[in-house]
Amino acid sequence: MDSHHPPDSLPFQNLALSESPVKDPAPADDAEQPPRRARKPVGWSMIMIGVLVVVSATLVWRRDGIDGVLEILTHDLALFGGILPRVLAGCLLGAFIAEVLPHEKISRSLGPNSGLKGLLIGTAFGAILPGGPFTAYPVAAALLTVGADFGATIAMVVSWTLIGYGRAVAWELPILGVDFTLWRIVISLPIPVLAGALGRFVFVRMYPKSAEPPS
Amino acid sequence: MSAALIIDLMLWGSVAALAFLVWRRGRAVLVSAAREGTMDFINIVPRIGLGVIGSGYIAAVIPQEVITGWLGPDSGWLGVLAAVVAGAATPGGPVVGFSIGAVALKVGGGPPQVIAYVVAWALFAFQRLILWEIPFMPAKFVWFRAAVSLPFPFLAAALAMAIGKP
Repeated sequence: MDSHHPPDSLPFQNLALSESPVKDPAPADDAEQPPRRARKPVGWSMIMIGVLVVVSATLVWRRDGIDGVLEILTHDLALFGGILPRVLAGCLLGAFIAEVLPHEKISRSLGPNSGLKGLLIGTAFGAILPGGPFTAYPVAAALLTVGADFGATIAMVVSWTLIGYGRAVAWELPILGVDFTLWRIVISLPIPVLAGALGRFVFVRMYPKSAEPPS
Repeated sequence: MSAALIIDLMLWGSVAALAFLVWRRGRAVLVSAAREGTMDFINIVPRIGLGVIGSGYIAAVIPQEVITGWLGPDSGWLGVLAAVVAGAATPGGPVVGFSIGAVALKVGGGPPQVIAYVVAWALFAFQRLILWEIPFMPAKFVWFRAAVSLPFPFLAAALAMAIGKP
């Protein structure tokens, strides 16, 4: 998939949202890659959703006329405007975290060889992380950049989405009720660690070279 | 409203605290990190825009009754499978997903099926993958994470069946 990258110890660093901050003491095997923005251009994912949106909008237009289309547009534009400042905050948070977190320490405690402890740390981190998707995903990308492996980052993202208190308190409790929500969370408790472990298990088999510990 | 305010305060409070930590490493470091974050933001805005503005249309053409119909009572493992597919296909934000779950419970959907639905929707709702995860994170990671998450709604349903709750 990314065969043009040398198989270093952090293959996904090259794919990460933000390349390591400029003044970073990068690992030696990164040295031949100058700090640059590694963001992929708008890919097939965005084209796919673009097509989906156009098709859906056309269906709405044929069903509800232009008024239906405009009503949804105004509503979503307002939503978009409301989200933007939070997205900015999330991006800044991700960039600052990538700068502040000590890379060696992160790769030790959340890296490929961090074991169960790394998965548990990722899970705990995801469970206490404040904010919505605008925080969780930039922070997850930052973790990948500073040396967390797929397993620990999966544990963090899954924990945020399943047992994070933010969404449960704000939306699930009022809509689905206390009983259902609490049992749903209890049942979900083991999932982040299991998903992270499964991710790690699959990752080292899919990408055996990149999972080797740095010598 | 006040919940949103608290979220914003916590969010910007965290940003300020981290900015301070970065600033202690030097002004230039802070400026470069802030520029990095702002560039991320500028790059992400068009994608978020497409997703947010587009999601209204996608939600409008997927009737909720279709989704709740799949979670019927006594649907067993087939119902769980349908719930997982429905969870992945559910568009929209938290209100939509949880509301559909609540409706499914009200019309007699089995709790294990609804658990599977909510967990599947939380883990890999297709629209959220595209709207939120792909813009922010490496696409390889997003698809990998979604793929390894596949078994877990089934596990959650099995646990719910085993303990007989909720």
